[in-house]
Amino acid sequence: MSNKLELWGGNDLIAQAAIDAGCRFFAGYPITPSSEIAEQLARKLPKVGGIFMQMEDEIASMGAIIGASLAGEKAMTATSGPGFSLKQENLGYACISETPCVIVDVMRGGPSTGLPTAPSQSDLMQVRWGTHGDHEIIAVTPAFMDEIYSETIRAFNLSEKFRIPVIILLDEILGHLHEGVQLPDPGSLEIVDRTKPTVPPEEYLPFDDRFGDVPPMANFFEGYRFHITGLSHGKSGFPTTDVEEVDAIQMRRQRKIIGNTDQILSNHEYHLDDAEIAVVAFGSVGRSAIDAIDEARKQGIKVGLLRPLTIWPFPEKRVLEIAKQVKKIIVPEMSLGQLILEVQRAANGNADIVGVQEVGGQLIRPREILAKLQEVI
Amino acid sequence: MMEKKRIDLRFSGVGGQGVILAGAIFAEAAVLFDQKYALQSPTYTAQVRGGATKVDVVISSDVITYPQTREINFFMSLAQRSYDRFYGGNNPDNRFFRDLADDALVLVDSNLVPNLNNPPHKLIQLPIIDLALREMGRTIYSNVIALGIVVGLIDVVSKEALTASVKRRAPKGTQEMNLRALDIGFNFADEFAQKEKIEIQ
Repeated sequence: MSNKLELWGGNDLIAQAAIDAGCRFFAGYPITPSSEIAEQLARKLPKVGGIFMQMEDEIASMGAIIGASLAGEKAMTATSGPGFSLKQENLGYACISETPCVIVDVMRGGPSTGLPTAPSQSDLMQVRWGTHGDHEIIAVTPAFMDEIYSETIRAFNLSEKFRIPVIILLDEILGHLHEGVQLPDPGSLEIVDRTKPTVPPEEYLPFDDRFGDVPPMANFFEGYRFHITGLSHGKSGFPTTDVEEVDAIQMRRQRKIIGNTDQILSNHEYHLDDAEIAVVAFGSVGRSAIDAIDEARKQGIKVGLLRPLTIWPFPEKRVLEIAKQVKKIIVPEMSLGQLILEVQRAANGNADIVGVQEVGGQLIRPREILAKLQEVI
Repeated sequence: MMEKKRIDLRFSGVGGQGVILAGAIFAEAAVLFDQKYALQSPTYTAQVRGGATKVDVVISSDVITYPQTREINFFMSLAQRSYDRFYGGNNPDNRFFRDLADDALVLVDSNLVPNLNNPPHKLIQLPIIDLALREMGRTIYSNVIALGIVVGLIDVVSKEALTASVKRRAPKGTQEMNLRALDIGFNFADEFAQKEKIEIQ
């Protein structure tokens, strides 16, 4: 760590981290509260030999990053809820074609145009299930500036490693927050690149499972035959309706994520060891929860925090363990109850689960979480 | 003041007054030139001008967890609309009112915020926009004058740091005018403070 405090905005820092992760292509359409990411990359990418494209809309932006990724670049787009809705069809294309890419969603109030300048966490389920069909997805939820930096890099790494779209989920508060931070030295974080084929071009299959659940990935235009389609396909990439072939590739795509959660999940845990009450929260609300827990501990309330940094796949095993340990779980979130559904599912009846919900377009205050802790104790 | 580990400030106004920028300059002064932990968290509306805006600034010797103000020590309002929305005078039903510490200092522009509604906190009324018009000829400098006044009243970042931060942020060709506006704020606050003793616990 360098000792000097730097000043960063959340969105600005995502742009810098993307470049440090090796991102050299960004396509996007500006939308509050994510626009600063595009603004910064428009300045920065050309200086490192990268390409910035302002597209005609969000649909095309998503298509463009898939194309750039297939051509071998690490690629990203950024948006907010309304734009994220538009990206869903092409997001599914990235899932079925196993194309690495990173999508930033800086959440604002919805539905529809909603609250462009105010925070929300109500895209949580859209991130998981917004595109149709059975699919896995990875989403990371940083809350502090140093995490925004490291989780952006991790998002690219996971995307490359598992050939899957990864979503960086922020909210308006974190996107627009400016804060003093000590960043890790550039180069101190691991950078992962996709696995390239080792077989000669004539033997190459873009969805080959001989090398594990994540097939090696050739770049377009490098001499490998790489057919790609949104239709269900076999190992060659050409469409198929063969039941066994389709089933096998669906199961492999699921297995490559849920069979590797040890490499994907990441949590921040705080005072959980002796906790009798747990709080589960992410993003800016997670920071609010830390203050509430500090105050509650001063009052003798034994409470701890689970703050997932990977929210999808959901840390269901850890939540179940915690639910068996504590009597109550508090779930504060800026929505009318999306995170709480997952916590209830994972806890499977082992603890009383109580929500603290805010949808007016402002951050839940520590004192509001504290009041709920005092109420349920 | 200087021994205090953390100070929470909220500046409010309407879109176009430069209140959010003032908050950014303040936080930047603390981080870049005083090497303290600080953050700036803005709240604004979709209108370019005229909507009630606020900016939270927190300055601390430690890493800051909750990313907005927790117990506000200093609240400033440069518009009636933002005063009503984010404070309201004596208005305990307002969540924003409850964000203020009991011993908070409230600074308002004496012309732009005429309806005070019996605020229970220590109140200072100063003619900030008048000062900008009289001394600088333009109201656009009122936000920088306000910054000078804030630092003159409460010693939370150094005058040197704030000066460096204003200099860094001022567009080319406007540096001299902005630094003059800042000095006007510093001097005005000094004169005021000699008359009245200001203290924040």
